[in-house]
Amino acid sequence: MSGGGEGDAVRPRVFAVWVEDRPGVLNRITSLFRRRGFNIESLSVGRAKAPGVSRMTIVVRTDATGAKRMAVQLYRLVNVLRADDITGAAAIRKELAMFKVSANAKERTEVIQLATATGARIVDVAPGSVVVEAAAAPEKIEGLAEVLRPYGILEQVRTGLVGMARGAESVMSDPAARRVPQPSAGGAEDDPGAAGPPASSDGSV
Amino acid sequence: MSEPKRRTGAQLIWETLLREGVETVFGYPGGAILPAYDAMLDYPIRHILVRHEQGATHMADGFARATGRVGVAIATSGPGATNMVTGIATAMLDSSPIVCITGQVGSGLIGTDAFQETDITGVTLPITKHNYLVTEVDQIAPAIHEAMYVARSGRPGPVVVDITKDAQQAATTGQWDPADIELPGYSPTPRPRPAEYRAAAALINRAKRPVILAGHGILLSEATAEVRELVERADIPAAMTLLGLGAVPARHPLNLGMMGMHGESWVNHAIQEADLLIALGMRFDDRVTGKLQQYAPNARKIHLDIDPSEFDKNVRVDLALAGDLAAVLGELLPSVRPRRREKWIDAITRMKGDAAVRDIQNLPDAGVLCAAHVIHDIWRLTGGRAILATDVGQHQMWAAQYYRHDEPRSLITSGGLGTMGFALPAAVGAKVGRPDEEVWVIAGDGGFQMTMCELATIAQERLKLNIAIINNGYLGMVRQWQEFFYDRRYAGTPLLSPDFAALARSFGLGGESVGSRAEVEDAVERARADERTVVLDFRVEREDTVYPMVPTGAELQDMIRRPEPALAASGAPGPDGEREW
Repeated sequence: MSGGGEGDAVRPRVFAVWVEDRPGVLNRITSLFRRRGFNIESLSVGRAKAPGVSRMTIVVRTDATGAKRMAVQLYRLVNVLRADDITGAAAIRKELAMFKVSANAKERTEVIQLATATGARIVDVAPGSVVVEAAAAPEKIEGLAEVLRPYGILEQVRTGLVGMARGAESVMSDPAARRVPQPSAGGAEDDPGAAGPPASSDGSV
Repeated sequence: MSEPKRRTGAQLIWETLLREGVETVFGYPGGAILPAYDAMLDYPIRHILVRHEQGATHMADGFARATGRVGVAIATSGPGATNMVTGIATAMLDSSPIVCITGQVGSGLIGTDAFQETDITGVTLPITKHNYLVTEVDQIAPAIHEAMYVARSGRPGPVVVDITKDAQQAATTGQWDPADIELPGYSPTPRPRPAEYRAAAALINRAKRPVILAGHGILLSEATAEVRELVERADIPAAMTLLGLGAVPARHPLNLGMMGMHGESWVNHAIQEADLLIALGMRFDDRVTGKLQQYAPNARKIHLDIDPSEFDKNVRVDLALAGDLAAVLGELLPSVRPRRREKWIDAITRMKGDAAVRDIQNLPDAGVLCAAHVIHDIWRLTGGRAILATDVGQHQMWAAQYYRHDEPRSLITSGGLGTMGFALPAAVGAKVGRPDEEVWVIAGDGGFQMTMCELATIAQERLKLNIAIINNGYLGMVRQWQEFFYDRRYAGTPLLSPDFAALARSFGLGGESVGSRAEVEDAVERARADERTVVLDFRVEREDTVYPMVPTGAELQDMIRRPEPALAASGAPGPDGEREW
């Protein structure tokens, strides 16, 4: 096992999970997380490309061991087709946020300028408020919220993260990819002899 | 072509079960399951009427553990279903394949808090391998078929199928083929990679002091032959988990005995001194490891299990092979080099010699009846060939220590959940599944009273069991903890019991009380010879203690041992050939 290092830090981990679209599946997932002591930071669900399949993006704050444990626990659910930890993968991660910001006629222009400068959009303007919408990585959303806060955020809604791996590959279009990968503790890549007594000639892998 | 046959959902329940090879169900009727019960009379199904639905689940569980086939329990909605919860959780923790069919209120009433409505799929979500709420007649056959398949495949476990009353009553001409079953997300049997086999063989071939940890998975995978070959080929001693007992014959010279909290001292010492642990179908439960940080500190660890979620869960391992044990070992064995390990075996034998002196069998008979003696005598008189079902507590540990199991599926006990009241109904299931075997219940006076209503089931079904109650007037294991860790403050543990022998007779069964060791043999033989079920009420020493004991959170080698004064009184160890190797 690769021990220590940054991989073991507790931080938000992003999972892309494909499940059969059946009644109660969401309940099974959340029940599993609760039971195994994982706290969900955000969860979003929607239809996947394949018919009868839903795709979830789940963000959980845990360390590398916890992330691995979560993935294998997800696979124990009969309705889970695939669960990928895309935390470290090259992936696009975004969430949609809307902020209702208090803004009188004087402040309105300022807010609109700030918002557009950060790539956000104005989707509603009312006499005392504007609604700012942004689809961006969570850090950017945080930044936007910081900038808007002095004006007074009256209400906010965030969808939670959605993520997708970059590139042409698509796991769910490849039937073989639906099969459970082989999660294993050590894995044969780590030579078990490396840290122990001198490896005999047949011990190298 | 003729018109397809029209069948009700209720009929489909039985037709699907029959097609799955089910002949016996354990159940209790009620409003929401009445259509199924009505249809049952037209099918060749043996229904065993239990006295409490918990009993039905334990019976299905005992049936499954004794036979390897799926056990089926059936109950009505609401309280019928919730009474099953303990049995379902018991089966879940011990990976036992059972299917529980429950009636549900009509689909139009779901969510209205209707009479006897409980969201049982919601309730059992965390304690089932999978579950189904069936609201349409055409879903019944696929759901039951899938449930049976999911229950028995991969790592087995309980599955609940909750069927609404209107789905049972509705009729359909729908045809359904088991081949249509599609569970795209379910991959019950992973396979290791070739490199992992090579790495495992290298670790085994290189080890000087290896120990096999033999678990329940060996029995579930029916891998006893492969395990035995590994043990003998590479001369590796095997330590048993509680549920692994029987995986390697107790009389096998390389079988060390049980590990863990109440394991023999030499077994735990061997584990702590090992340089390689080969864990086969076990999950490093806290009752097995003691303090995790100090567990087998010098050992590399290989973990073979069908469920990858067990890897690194409790104990970090160096190598993990996910797959069906029999198949994985079959693949691995050719690369394991035959060799002898005299030094390591000798070292363990020396540890054993020291501990055997403390064995209660070698202590003098002081006139009181010891549970260990009772269980030892039952073992001796049954030739070690009985199926034993136990409850949970002191008697369970004594049964594990003193009834030496040579065959797989001969000890039926609630390990993971530790369910009191399990023994009696589980034994019923075992007897129904294997009617030609001699079945013994070993229960404490506490646990027995939790499900003793099933004596009526036994009487009604005319089943022949032998029941030994280890009656010490205490909730003994809790009392033992109070003795060691709570300054002998016996809160809530002294226990008043009925006259169990008289109680048994009131059910039309046999009953006898036994108070001294001299009476044990005759009483056991009379019970065995009796065609009725007989309850033997063994009035044993009240404050006896299970030794050795690793306190919770202590390191494995830090065992509480049988006190020395008792040893001093015993003088030289008595001759006891049966416990020699």
